[in-house]
Amino acid sequence: MSPQMIDRLWQAALDTLLMVGVSAAVAVAAGLPLALFLVTSGPGGILPAPRAKRLVGMVVNGFRAVPFIVLLVALIPFTRLVVGTTIGVWAAVVPLAVSATPFFARIAEVSLREVDPGLIEAAQSIGCRRRHVLVHVLLPEALPGIVAGFTITVVSMIGASAVAGAVGAGGLGDVAIRYGYQRFDTTVMMVVIAILIVLVCLVQFAGDGVVRRLRAR
Amino acid sequence: MAELTVIGSAFTLAFDLAFDSLRGAGTWAAGLGKPRAGSAARVAPGGRGAGTVRFEAVSKTYRSASGTVQALDRISLDIPAGAIFGIIGRSGAGKSSLLRTVNRLEAPSSGRVLVDGEPIDALGTAGLVALRRRIGMIFQHFNLLSAKTVRQNVALPLTVAGLDRAEIERRVEEALRLVGLEDKAEVYPSRLSGGQKQRVGIARALVSDPEILLCDEATSALDPETTLSILSLLRDINRRLGLTIILITHEMSVIREICTDVVVLEAGRIAETGPVWRVFGAPEHPATRALLAPLTRDLPEDVAARLKPHATPGAEAVLRLTYAGRAAPDLSALVAATGGSVRLLQAGVERIQGRTVGRMLIAAGDARTEARLRALGEEVEGIGYVAADD
Repeated sequence: MSPQMIDRLWQAALDTLLMVGVSAAVAVAAGLPLALFLVTSGPGGILPAPRAKRLVGMVVNGFRAVPFIVLLVALIPFTRLVVGTTIGVWAAVVPLAVSATPFFARIAEVSLREVDPGLIEAAQSIGCRRRHVLVHVLLPEALPGIVAGFTITVVSMIGASAVAGAVGAGGLGDVAIRYGYQRFDTTVMMVVIAILIVLVCLVQFAGDGVVRRLRAR
Repeated sequence: MAELTVIGSAFTLAFDLAFDSLRGAGTWAAGLGKPRAGSAARVAPGGRGAGTVRFEAVSKTYRSASGTVQALDRISLDIPAGAIFGIIGRSGAGKSSLLRTVNRLEAPSSGRVLVDGEPIDALGTAGLVALRRRIGMIFQHFNLLSAKTVRQNVALPLTVAGLDRAEIERRVEEALRLVGLEDKAEVYPSRLSGGQKQRVGIARALVSDPEILLCDEATSALDPETTLSILSLLRDINRRLGLTIILITHEMSVIREICTDVVVLEAGRIAETGPVWRVFGAPEHPATRALLAPLTRDLPEDVAARLKPHATPGAEAVLRLTYAGRAAPDLSALVAATGGSVRLLQAGVERIQGRTVGRMLIAAGDARTEARLRALGEEVEGIGYVAADD
């Protein structure tokens, strides 16, 4: 491999990390409140709002139903509105975040739902207000599951980010398609695959480590 | 980890605030014409009331897909300050629903609950939070937060009440000392035994110095030995801190061990109520008798088999003496009354709240024993006759 190619791969890996990192942060920032809303707004929940819950649930399902490559294209006007461009790394961050948010919200919702209702009742019985229940009970008790879900989200986002090459976002997937597939450079293809494997393993390893530490208590 | 929690808190705060304002309109409309929050203010801030609870025709109906269930049916009851009040009944009798109306974890469908004379049904969020800080609660499955240490669990009621750190520290230490767990402060609940977990639960319930403690099947998940130690801790707390304890259980032995008064619930209604010695000594309702069955002895099988309705020469009269709160049985007077041979077949007599409660089965040789005992004022009942076995 030429030094230029190594340079290109390095740049692509950085782009992938940037895309995944920023959109993962957005997914947590938006997905966690969404998940909390979905868990607490059901009948008998601490903030019952069944109609709003149904609406939010439908929106979440809608976004989950659209394949990422379609979403990428369908969101082009929205992307332009948010970041001012429809090509490049930042243009990919928008659809990635939009697709990862409902995904993460559903996964976090499952963990939050598994928190024993008795704990919420106990918290209420000692004079906790709603926000105390969220901060002291729901989030900390569900944290191991949420972190595990976040790991899954990040791994699937690494995969999705490869598709972002379609809007010229760069990243490892883009390099693999343009050089590995279209120019028959098998070495590049293999190197990209190896980097992706290492990346996913690192994310999974780190995620598992955090979960183990959280569960150890 | 710390960062995550901080980020989480920021989100949930924003979420909570947004939600409150969203719901504001509806709450306001619903609250029209009702006194809000204020009524809790009659008890001075941080001050303790006496700890009385009064139920006035409390009913609770649950609606589900499979129809409506009447869990509570016009329950009226007074719980005096300082009592250890037991609520007993079979599963589904409505015990838990009744207990939960006291701190309004459940709102009655009709009727009202008064704590220290104040109706709690009109309390707004602030009033309800203030009320719950005056009422501690412990649970069958302890309900401790697994992500917090023992110290953090016990401190939580004070943390959310916004007390300063030194004060929290001091009161948590005190509460942990009270339940004998000073050395477990930094441990996570998963490392504790069942009894220790319940002690943490008790410390958490007591740390805000409540006037009432609600116990929801607090010993049902514990082994007999641990149950006894928890019960004696509760009795100790009742005496030392003078708080009212309301406990629900399906075990009569728990009631006998610590309660002063008891109410028996059956299908959402009060079957009977009174001081424990009276309900134990002279149960009136079939539901009470059914609950007492594991603790009482019937006629022994072999005696029952040989029992004859009429006296035959040389037979002994089988007599049942019942003690329902009278003075302790005077054995010498008893023997004197029989005027000859007397055998004790079976006895289950115990002292509850300083009163004698139970039954004794004797076989007397002299047929006039029954009349003589009755003349002595004994509560006696002739069961039949058995041939004297030698």
